[in-house]
Amino acid sequence: MGAGRPLLVITAGCSGIMFAEFLQYLFSGMTIGATYALVGLGFAIIYNASHVINFAQGEFVMIGGMATVFLIHIGLPLPVAILGAVALAVVTGLALEKLAVEPARNADVVTLIIITIGASIFLRGLAQVLWGKEFFALPAFSGNDPIHLGGATLLPQSLWVLGITLAIVVALAWFFKYTLIGKAILATACNADAAKMMGINTQFILFISFGLSALLGAVAGIIVAPITLTSYDVGIMLGLKGFVAAVLGGLGSAVGAIVGGLLLGIIEAMAAGYISSDYKDAVPFVIILLILFFLPSGLFGARGTERV
Amino acid sequence: MLAKLTHPRIGGLLILSLIIALLPLALPNNYYYDVAIKIGINAIVVVGLNLLIGYAGQISLGHGGFFGLGAYTSGILTAVYGWPPLLALLTGVAVVGVLSFIVARPILRLTGHYLAMATLGLGIIISIVISNEDWLTGGPDGMYVEPFTLLGWELYGEKPWYWVIGALLVISVWMAMNIVDSPAGRALRAVHGSEVAAQVVGVDTTGYKVLLFVVSAVFASVMGSLFAHYSGFITPAQAGFFHSIELVTMVVLGGMASTYGALVGAVLLTVLPQLLSGFEDFEMVIFGLILMLTLIFMPKGLVPTLTHKLKDWRGGRS
Amino acid sequence: MSLLRVENLGKSFGGVDAINDLSFTIAANTIHAVIGPNGAGKTTLFNMITGVYQPTRGDIFLDDASTVGKPPHVLASRGMSRTFQNLQVCMNMTAIENVMVGRHLHLNRSFLAAMLRLPAIVRGDRQCREKAAELMEFVGVGQYIKTDANAMPYGALKRLEIARALAAEPKLLLLDEPAAGLNAKETAEIDGLIQKIAATGITVVLVEHDMKLVMHISDYLLVLDFGKKLAEGTPTEIRNNPEVIAAYLGAA
Repeated sequence: MGAGRPLLVITAGCSGIMFAEFLQYLFSGMTIGATYALVGLGFAIIYNASHVINFAQGEFVMIGGMATVFLIHIGLPLPVAILGAVALAVVTGLALEKLAVEPARNADVVTLIIITIGASIFLRGLAQVLWGKEFFALPAFSGNDPIHLGGATLLPQSLWVLGITLAIVVALAWFFKYTLIGKAILATACNADAAKMMGINTQFILFISFGLSALLGAVAGIIVAPITLTSYDVGIMLGLKGFVAAVLGGLGSAVGAIVGGLLLGIIEAMAAGYISSDYKDAVPFVIILLILFFLPSGLFGARGTERV
Repeated sequence: MLAKLTHPRIGGLLILSLIIALLPLALPNNYYYDVAIKIGINAIVVVGLNLLIGYAGQISLGHGGFFGLGAYTSGILTAVYGWPPLLALLTGVAVVGVLSFIVARPILRLTGHYLAMATLGLGIIISIVISNEDWLTGGPDGMYVEPFTLLGWELYGEKPWYWVIGALLVISVWMAMNIVDSPAGRALRAVHGSEVAAQVVGVDTTGYKVLLFVVSAVFASVMGSLFAHYSGFITPAQAGFFHSIELVTMVVLGGMASTYGALVGAVLLTVLPQLLSGFEDFEMVIFGLILMLTLIFMPKGLVPTLTHKLKDWRGGRS
Repeated sequence: MSLLRVENLGKSFGGVDAINDLSFTIAANTIHAVIGPNGAGKTTLFNMITGVYQPTRGDIFLDDASTVGKPPHVLASRGMSRTFQNLQVCMNMTAIENVMVGRHLHLNRSFLAAMLRLPAIVRGDRQCREKAAELMEFVGVGQYIKTDANAMPYGALKRLEIARALAAEPKLLLLDEPAAGLNAKETAEIDGLIQKIAATGITVVLVEHDMKLVMHISDYLLVLDFGKKLAEGTPTEIRNNPEVIAAYLGAA
């Protein structure tokens, strides 16, 4: 706890150390936060297309990391392994939509939640059968020599995580703004009935959304695997925290999910560093409860009056 | 008289009592008694949860947390502080009742996915606290719990527990069905059907939702306490996310808004893992697959779908 | 004395005024119609009167006591009941149970008594069921007493909502487009029903889209246009009001 720490720090050296510590937590928070953002973005995209919450989102993260490890193990070079793993996750996502979500489109919210939870248990079980229960490490993309910055150290992999996340966000923004299918997804999110009348195949949009979410999840799982290790059940917590990120930013808001994810990662790292690392995993849930109590539409969600 | 017997409340309760009374004839050893008791414990929690999810339409992914909180309150107060089990159980009820009441109002203002998120978060926080405070709870390794005693009489062994849980199950089902078919119950079902319609005829929908949330949480807490004494050993898993999911799955699989559906769901999901444990590594794959397939093909759950089929079949014949 | 009084009422959604500076009174034991084209703010007005929305400005009085800030269920206990433009029937219940929900305020609402099924609950429910059946006969859906709500045709569901609203025994009954989506014969029947309800001493306020329809049953009309009062008066006055004629001819 912080009881023994001086409240007022006078010497420059000491404040330097404190700053370095702060910077260290910020780096690790942003790194893990970027993965939450990608997972949260996946939740938001599917939610927008269908108002379905896909509780199997975390399993795409797991498939990304685990499949890459496996493909490297059978001798493929890293870039090929990554492409293969992403492809596997996307196919899984598309299959999930086609085989499990689409046939149950008109079911109750709770029923759909349980179906996606069933899918996540199934995928996790399959991973455990195929790849075992051990933890695996993925080699860092460009070595492990830490970079020193303001007294804190930064792993090159963290730069990869932040860089790739940024690249994906830019690519997504371009995709939604300039491609026909991207615009169709936005239109469906805005008003599914109107989109349908304009000739947009909303069923197909949902299909594509699952593929896109799986891609984002898999990328998140791959880039973070060299830092946090990966295993068959890594998807549970990452999935839940991604969901928290999406709700934190206001369900369905893409910008909200990204900011929510980063914020969540940073607060989590700060809380772990300054308060208690035992309660690191509880932090996102405490935050989300507070947000839901006091700002029920999330940080960026629109407040609307229900029409009667 | 015959019409009364075919009424679901009376006829169904009679059949349920008969099954509970006669089942021991078919239970060869204590292992089977153990499974039956676990079914009963789950069933009682699920009957309460079904009132909330199935009838009132409010999702909770956090009832495992209330179950665990009840279990640990009983475990800690009896083992560490030497309290009598009944007092510990009632304290658990008070703790869970107050906690669920405090969070219910802000949580139940939320709907659908937000409600799922909030209850899920609450459950996870409870399980993390139980895992971390190992000086009190034994942490992830779990803790031993004393047997249940009342006025010098010790409840120990599978057979006595079987009858206690069996009796509680019949009472719970009776009470749940009473609620469904009462002014309060109709008000709650109206909340599910159209909340605004219920409000404009005078239903304090928030008040009822809060009350039902608390009642279903207390159902879970009591059964958590009893489970702790029965099994003699508890782990944070009892409060965990998976236990919450398991409970909701029992409601949905058996059939929402059907008390007997809740019972069927509890039987299936308690027995299934026992059957699947023979498949070892494939247990999760098969479990996930069964869950998905059942709900894809019977989105309303087993009991409502099958009774509907039966009605159609009868209608087709006459 | 007026039963309902609306003073300088206003409601904005995101800066757009749905209702602006609206004042009027409704006397007891009358049939009062609120008419106006789509988007005139009729349903918004109903939602504010019944507490579903809170007004941005102004005040509403029921029996000279303000209703603003009170939730719908409290206003229901003060004698208000309503139906909805887009049906709000509980499809997860039977038809008669829907009407029984309407009797909520007149029953033992205790959770504990219900759980133990005390004799008072059994007795109250038996009477409630009889009363609900009577009301279903009264509104003309007696043949659906044993039916699930989701198996009833649209026209019957509109009447079922009226029965549910009546079950609460209101002083003031607000009907939001009771004839919407009905054919000419059904509309005439609904008109007859409304007169029958008013004859029992209940004050009826109805929103209608079509002016001709309500002309002969209403004692008094309020014409809204773009959230403002265009005119009010007896049917004869309204029929001869040049502004109303202009608005309606313009709209057509």
